[in-house]
This record gives sequence, structure tokens and C-alpha cells, in this order.
Amino acid sequence: MEVFLQQLINGITLGSIYGLIALGYTMVFGIIGMVNFAHGDVFMVSAFIALIALLLLTTWLGITSIALILLVVLIVAMLFTALVNWVIERVAYRPLRGSFRLAPLISAIGMSIFLSNFVQVTQGPRNKSVSPLVQGEFVLLRHNDFNVTLPYKYLIIWVVTAVLLGCFWYIVAKTPLGRAQRACEQDQRMAALVGVDVDRTISMTFVIAAALAAIAGTLYLMNYGVVSFADGFTPGVKAFTAAVLGGIGSLPGAVIGGLLIGLIETMWSNYVSIDYKDVAAFSVLAITLIFLPQGLFGRPDVEKV
Amino acid sequence: MSKKSDMAPHAADKRVDIGRALKDAGLTALLSFALFLPLIGFLTVQDFSNTLVLTTRWPLLFSIVAVIGIGRLAYALFLAPWLAARAHRPAAPPAAWRAVAGRWFVPFAIGFVVVYPPLVIYTAGWGGAVKWLDNFGIQILIYVMLGWGLNIVVGLAGLLDLGYVAFYAVGAYSYALFAKEFGLSFWILLPIAGVLASFWGILLGFPVLRLRGDYLAIVTLAFGEIIRIVLINFVDLTNGYAGISGIPRPTFFGIPFTANEDGFAAVFGLEFSPVYRTIFLYYLILALALLTAFVTVRLRRLPVGRAWEALREDEIACRSLGINTTNTKLTAFAIGAMFAGFAGSFFAARQGFISPDSFTFMESASIVAIVVLGGMGSQIGVAIAAIAMIGGTEIMRELDFLKVIFGATFDPTQYRMLLFGFAMVLIMIWKPRGLISTRDPSVFLKERKTISSDLVGEGRG
Repeated sequence: MEVFLQQLINGITLGSIYGLIALGYTMVFGIIGMVNFAHGDVFMVSAFIALIALLLLTTWLGITSIALILLVVLIVAMLFTALVNWVIERVAYRPLRGSFRLAPLISAIGMSIFLSNFVQVTQGPRNKSVSPLVQGEFVLLRHNDFNVTLPYKYLIIWVVTAVLLGCFWYIVAKTPLGRAQRACEQDQRMAALVGVDVDRTISMTFVIAAALAAIAGTLYLMNYGVVSFADGFTPGVKAFTAAVLGGIGSLPGAVIGGLLIGLIETMWSNYVSIDYKDVAAFSVLAITLIFLPQGLFGRPDVEKV
Repeated sequence: MSKKSDMAPHAADKRVDIGRALKDAGLTALLSFALFLPLIGFLTVQDFSNTLVLTTRWPLLFSIVAVIGIGRLAYALFLAPWLAARAHRPAAPPAAWRAVAGRWFVPFAIGFVVVYPPLVIYTAGWGGAVKWLDNFGIQILIYVMLGWGLNIVVGLAGLLDLGYVAFYAVGAYSYALFAKEFGLSFWILLPIAGVLASFWGILLGFPVLRLRGDYLAIVTLAFGEIIRIVLINFVDLTNGYAGISGIPRPTFFGIPFTANEDGFAAVFGLEFSPVYRTIFLYYLILALALLTAFVTVRLRRLPVGRAWEALREDEIACRSLGINTTNTKLTAFAIGAMFAGFAGSFFAARQGFISPDSFTFMESASIVAIVVLGGMGSQIGVAIAAIAMIGGTEIMRELDFLKVIFGATFDPTQYRMLLFGFAMVLIMIWKPRGLISTRDPSVFLKERKTISSDLVGEGRG
């Protein structure tokens, strides 16, 4: 029971990170119907940007206030990652919009290879590790030798995720930008006819997706304290799994899917086999697509002839 | 805008607005500065006490920004007007030499690859030939074969498979394990590897019958990764990360390529040289690749091949015409996987060592990239794309002269995959339907015409 509770806490933490990445997949898929294969690598790039900002603040400027560091690192990572994704959309996806359907997917795979190798070439192939920023934990339960703990960093991850998801929900639900986005999702041509700037809306979708990935990247770095150029692929596929499980195109679905994948992964590692934990996530992906292709919250895909 | 106002009015749109170009270039430079500031401007390194510290690379950052800014300016001032002028010119009718070249291209290309080994030995000598045959011959031909094999699944049947490398792995491991454990020969194991791979093709094909397009791609990717994870963790069978070494090498119909008395060189009264084995392997993979191409060409004329292409163009129409889409899809998966199995057992025999590292998602992505960049369904296009992409990345190993320019620590090989990814994006933007986008019909009424890519369906898969 105690172990289960601890794994629940771990799973929710991991799941929040997956959920944030999954939102990026689901938003981009919703608006241009494309699996943004490079999104996992954008997440990895954001973790590197966060790492550099963190080192800049701690070693060069000597700032010690954790709250200030976290805030600045988050903002810097979000800004620069948003810029990266904006440029990627302009360079690699926009020229292919409305083209042969596989072309953007191949372009995105190329971009994913490019990004991970770019980081490998510029920052080196080794794992980059930093000393943990936040230490300490609450002890929730004591039972014999086993303590159920809630580390402070998990709490920070939960709070940051919840607050920023709230902001994100506000943008999508209440602002003109969010309205334009939902309009483009439903019918791009009609949206253009009623005066929505489709190109700008799609660009902004990539910017928001990148900002969410950057939050995930920063939290990932804070949680694990280590990042390498190859860290984009597996979280990327798992986050995509989360998006599919929740129903691709559905925003709450992506978050819930992320939490579920995080929980499945931690429970599987604990109770079944840690070596095969990636198999669990990938199997969930296959099983969902085969038996429940519209996901938990998605609309069924009706094909008109 | 005003400097050249005395030009003829129709040339007005060709004038270059220098002010705007400068502003544009400045903006681009500023953007690239912001873009590259974190990852190029700063470098994270481990210092002597193993903690991460930041160092800066301002000169590198500023030179890259300057190159991008100047490049953008040059584009706006020279390239863009030239492109605009070219766009106004009427398209020239296809020259007669093109038709002739088209007809003679395939025989010439096959002739060239057949005489390639003697040609290389003649020019590079016995010592230098191994590298050219191995890196630029065998390596490229493996990918040509894999490309042609995947072309059946992606190009003909329109099923986007991102886990193709799994079947390659099945072929490689089945050869490695059977050859090591039971001592069976390459020629017996080649068909067995093919059968096992196609069995896996059907097994993994069943669950994904209902999926299409991107979804199919992602699920096949997941299957590919699952097989790789199993290869890593099933240590009793596969020896995990360490891989399998000491895999028996193929023999020339029972005669091994060794320096012994019964070796190839001794039997034929030649001086021993490792080149013989390389030449043999070269012709072996050439024969396997040509077999793949030949089978594909013949299959396209059979009902099953026509069903594949019909499936690619429109699955619903296909089903309403009474085509059994289940069988059609499964045969495509099985036959595509079979060729990957052949290629895999060749790979294991050539390397003598295999490990899960050889079967990563990158391999699948490269093969899919080759098929799509070449033009789905076009065998010549796939071959050209394989030569360009694999040969191009292999050639990066040979660019030692760049060390003179960039300093001794410059290592061109680490930029291979970087440029590979970038080339994928560029080729897609330049030609979204691949290098050869026309389709050759297998049925025609009176005369044989190629079908322009505009008339071809999307290949929804």
C-alpha cells in the first residue's frame, strides 16, 4: 500500500511532464493534422536552454534564491524554445502545408534528426548533469522502514504545471487567439473567410506548444538533474502516446492521457519489470490505436466518401 | 527603389530594393542570433572537478550569424531576382535526349554497378579498394535493397511503416543465432531468415490492419522499438547490449575466405587478400538487391501488385470493388519484411557482429526517408536517393582536407546525421513528392505514358 502510494506520487509527477509535452502534439495535430515528430526534440532543446540559463544564473551571476532562479529559467526557456519552434514551423512545415500528405511528416522526422544532432554537435554527446536545485521532502507516511515521501521538487512540478495549465486554458478558452485557434481547427478555409489570420494562428500554436514543452523541459531538468541530446525521442513518443490515449485533438485528453501514461509507466516499473517499462508505454499506444482509435475524449473520425 | 527608375517599365518588378533587402538581412541575422545564442553562444563543459561550467563561443556565434545575414542578403539581391526572372520564362519542352537517357539509364546503371569492383581495383589498387567497395558499394547497396523492400510496403501499398528495421533485425538475429548455434550455412539460412521476417511482418501486420497514415506510422514505430527493447533485455537469447560476435562469415559455395590451405585464395591459386571476400559480398548484395527489384517489377503486374497500388490510391474504393484489403495489406507487409530479413542476414554475415545498436529508430527513419525522398513507388528514385543520402553521409568521412580549413580538431563525421536531417527537410521542401514523382503504369491502353504526380492520389495508407 505504501509502495503504491509512493508510486502514485512518482507517476503523477512523471505524468505532468508527459501531459505538458502531449499538449503540444495534440494542439499541432488538431490545427494542421500533422504529427509533429520533432516535438520531442524541441522538448530536449528546451531542457538544454534551461540548463544553460540555470548555469548562467547560478555560476556567473551567483543568484541563490531558488524561486527567482526557477522563474527566470522558466521564462528564458519558454521564450527561446518558442522562437526555435516558430522558426521550425516557418522553415520546415509552412512550405509543405497543403502539399502531399506524407511530406510534412518526413520533414518533421528530418527536423527531429537535425535537432538532436545539432545539440550533440554543439554541446557534446555526454550527459549533462547539475546538482539538484531543490532538495528536501515531506514525509507523508511512516510504515516500518518505508517512508512515503513527497519531495519538494515534485510539489513544485505539480504547482507549476497546474498554474501554467490554468493560464494555457485561459488563452485557449477566453482570448481572441484561442478563438481563432479553435476556428482554424474546425475549418481553416471558413476561418480565413471570416477574417482569421490562419498563418499567424498556426504560428502561434507552435509557439504555445513550444512554451509548454519548455515548461516540461525545465521541470524535467529540475527533477532528474541530467539531460542529454538523445533525451527527446523516448519522452516524445510517450507523450504522443498520451495524446493518442486521451484522444488526439482533445486538450483535457492530452493532460489526462499524460497522467495515465506516467502512472502506467511507474506502476509497470515497480510491479512488473523496469527493463520493459518503455514496452508498457509503447504497448498502450498500439492497444489504444487498435481498440480505441479516437482515444478517451476524442471525436470519432468519420470518413466521408 | 529610385536608383534604376530609367529602366523599361516591364522590368520594374525585376528591380532589387536594396533598402528592403538590407532590412530583411538584418532581421534574419538578429533572429539567427537569438536562435543560436543559447546553444552555440554557450558551451557546457565538465571541469576538472566534474561539475558543469559555462564557457562562451562568441566568435563562432558571430561568424555563423554573419554568414546567415550575408547569405540572406545575397539571396535577396541576386538569387531571388534570378529565380523570379526564370519563373517568367515559359517552360522548355522536354528535350529529346531526356527520353533517350530515360530508356538507357537502367541498363547503363546496372552495367556500371556490375563493373564497379574491377573499376575500383583498377583505379584505387588492391589496398585501397576495400574501403571503396565496402563503404560506397556494399553499404549503399544494403540501403538500396532495404529501400526497395520498404518501397513495396510504403511505395506500392501506401502503408507508412516506421518500424521496418525490426524485420531487418529479425533477419540479422536469426542468421546470427542459427549460424552460431547449429552451424548452418548462409545459403540455407538466407531463406529461413526471410521466412521468419515475413512471419513477423504478418504478426505485426495483423493488429494494425485498421490503422492508416500517421497512426500506422507511429504504431509501427512502437513495434520497432518494442522489438529493439526485447533484443536488449532478452539477454539469454541475444546477449543484450553486448550483441553477438563471431558470426560465421559466408563462404563461396563452401569455400571460406581465409588464408588457410582450403581458403578461397589457395583453392583458386591466388595470393591471399581480404579484397576477395569484399568483392564476393559486393556481388552477393548486388544480386539480392536486383532480386528485390526484379520481384517487385514482376509483382506489380500480378493481381496482388495491382491490388497494392489500388489500396494506396483509395482504400474505400478498393474495398467496394471486392478486393480483400486484409490479405492485400498482409502480403505487402510479409513480402516487404521478407526482403528486410534477407538484407538483415546479409548484414549479420558481412559484419560478423550485431548488437541492438544497429537497429535503432534512426535506421527505420533513414530507410523511410530514402523511399519518400526518392519518390514513393519509383525504384530508380529510391536507388538514387539511397546513393545520395548514404553515399553523401559516407563521403563525409573522406573530407579530411576540411581539417586544414577548420583546424585539426574538426571532425567532419560528426556532422553526418546533422546534414542528413537537414537534407531530408530541404529535399521535402524542394520536391515534396520525391525526386521521381511520376508513376509508371503497369496497365495501359495503347501507349505507355508516365503519369504526372498531379494525377496521382495521395497514398493515404
